[in-house]
Amino acid sequence: MNAGQPKGRRVGLMATCLVDLFRPSVGFAAAKLLEDAGCTVDVPSQTCCGQPAYNSGDKADARALALQVIEAFEGFDYVVAPSGSCAGMMAKHYPELFEGDPELQRRARAFSAKCFELVSFLTDVLGVERVDAQFPRQATYHDSCSGLREMGVQAQPRKLLGTVEGLELVEMKDSDVCCGFGGTFAVKFGEISGQIVDRKTQDILATQAPVLLAGDLGCLMNMAGRLSRKGREMEVRHVAEVLANMTDEAPPIGEPVGYQAPEAER
Amino acid sequence: MSVHANPTTPHFKDNAHKALHDPQLQEAMGKLRVGFTAARQIAVSKLPEFEALRDSARDIKNHTLAHLDLYLEAYEKKVTASGGHVHFARTAEEARNVILDICAKRGAKTVTKGKSMISEEIALNDAMEKAGITPVETDLGEYIIQLRGEIPSHIIGPAVHLTKDQVEGDFRRVHTHLPKDRDLTEPTQLLTEARGILREKFLAADIGITGANFLVAETGTSIIVTNEGNGDLTQILPKCHIVVASLEKITPTLEDVSQLLRVLARSATGQEMSVYTTLSTGPRRPGDVDGPEEYHVVLLDNGRSSMIGTDFQHMLRCIRCGACMNHCPVYHAVGGHAYGWVYPGPMGAVLTPSLIGVEKGGQLPNASTFCGRCESVCPMRIPLPGMMRHWREREFERHLTPSAARYGLGLWAWVAKRPKLYRFGTRIVMHVMGYYARKTGKFFAMPFASGWTDWRDLPAPQGKTFQSEWKKRRGTK
Repeated sequence: MNAGQPKGRRVGLMATCLVDLFRPSVGFAAAKLLEDAGCTVDVPSQTCCGQPAYNSGDKADARALALQVIEAFEGFDYVVAPSGSCAGMMAKHYPELFEGDPELQRRARAFSAKCFELVSFLTDVLGVERVDAQFPRQATYHDSCSGLREMGVQAQPRKLLGTVEGLELVEMKDSDVCCGFGGTFAVKFGEISGQIVDRKTQDILATQAPVLLAGDLGCLMNMAGRLSRKGREMEVRHVAEVLANMTDEAPPIGEPVGYQAPEAER
Repeated sequence: MSVHANPTTPHFKDNAHKALHDPQLQEAMGKLRVGFTAARQIAVSKLPEFEALRDSARDIKNHTLAHLDLYLEAYEKKVTASGGHVHFARTAEEARNVILDICAKRGAKTVTKGKSMISEEIALNDAMEKAGITPVETDLGEYIIQLRGEIPSHIIGPAVHLTKDQVEGDFRRVHTHLPKDRDLTEPTQLLTEARGILREKFLAADIGITGANFLVAETGTSIIVTNEGNGDLTQILPKCHIVVASLEKITPTLEDVSQLLRVLARSATGQEMSVYTTLSTGPRRPGDVDGPEEYHVVLLDNGRSSMIGTDFQHMLRCIRCGACMNHCPVYHAVGGHAYGWVYPGPMGAVLTPSLIGVEKGGQLPNASTFCGRCESVCPMRIPLPGMMRHWREREFERHLTPSAARYGLGLWAWVAKRPKLYRFGTRIVMHVMGYYARKTGKFFAMPFASGWTDWRDLPAPQGKTFQSEWKKRRGTK
């Protein structure tokens, strides 16, 4: 731990299991954004926040995983996740898991109060006004549901994207309507989920922007997967990669290494 | 209509599959998706105190539910004092029997009906037909689905699943007096045609049955809100008026009702008020110019009182505006009939397992992305996703969760509770997956995840895990 860092800005980065497993570049982008804003970032041992278990009715496993997260992260000043969904689980639902156990519930409440979604943490807590990044493209932005409705993430990413040099944000219709991901819903009710994401991709494509951004990797993988199944080439990325100016470090979601954005679409 | 007695809810997935491949349904749902949400948004934006009204509406119903017994007694006293009769029905069967008894005593042959979801819940039309009584639905939407032998697909718009052309076809099939060249292409023309038929039925009816949006304890009044005026004719013209309502419709005072009315129509159709708000208190009094000779209220419990004090009590605040389904992506995709019983959408996903059992209704609370849009528009601030999760917990406890999901998620949790094993195992798996898809960046099919890959590609992992890379680059723990 760097002793020179301002006190009270020690951040535990909860990468989320999807970022840990599928897209480490988002984790590094998140760390860069936090460090640029003056935080000390550490990545303690982590697995899953427990949301899949919680949403499947398995409260015992959800509780065990929540406790594991609390133990690993409660020493930090803040716990930040590049996901509204996992941040929402930690910030809004952990205390519910310990109803009937006042001691643990108190601990969970204290922990929840420190948990934030990445982009809103940057703007609302750290007071970040602008980022140092270039991305000379048109892009459209999808509001992921948990981030929007549980964590109040809506204006913050638009504000920071507005300071990215060259980026032009083109709003899609119904950007606040679910993409149909819903965690295990996408597999359990694949056909319904498929229809919902198909409608979402129609709204995305109607913007004619070549880039799709959002703040949750689950939703992004769902939308990227549907766009590619429809044969539509589109650059799909987590918003943190653009804000951290790290789009050169990894190909877009669902594209192989060596991917080149079609020149004509710029 | 056997769906009432034999819900197809256990076959929700099959129902949904059919719905997704029904082009007329998809066309109709496309209109609903746009229309209702935009209308609500405009109405809400014009009322700065709307959020405060939602709080107040929630508090009114919470207070009422906390003292439901007192308000029920007060209501019954007032109805009785005004010359009406209150019948408490514990079950759907008891409610049907009470109504059939009244019909038999009056020798009723034809019964007009205002729109009532409780009448659907107790399968009243089936029971009346079996008893030789002709029920006539007078709400245009209900009239249409009665012609088609269907149940409502939406709690405030029973026929929203149909296109105009389908309705025209039904009218031509049933209204055989219609000349072929009669223009029925506009909804207003369809309405005029239905009104012409219904006018005669209103005058001939022996009994009128309506539901109730509110039952006022203070005055013993039942209140309906409608847009067509059919409810008024149903309850005023026949000599006997029966109100059938569930017990959580009780509201303490008229003042309380006026607050609830301010959120109801705005949330439902985006109107400031519905066209008609009709109050009825007891039978006709001496000197009244109209009204029935006999006035009955059938108060249905059907399992609701056992929801009080449980995780599901919030549901009893519902005022049946339909905003939750109007904003639900799953409802938009599959329509109301896929839910297989009387109540569709998010409110149905919570209420149906309570009323027909979680064994039959259990798929519904699972068929949600938990996007939270329903809760964000519910005027009564009912935590719909939270209650769907409670149902999932009950299913999990009782081992009703499908085994593939149970074991798949169980395995994930088992690994996730062992961080060392997780890091070791995922490093290998992600490396293999990343290598396998290095040329395409995605998978087109994946064993055990066909629910995903049947409909979309699966973006491949980058190959390294974040935790291992972080350790390598930063050298921290």
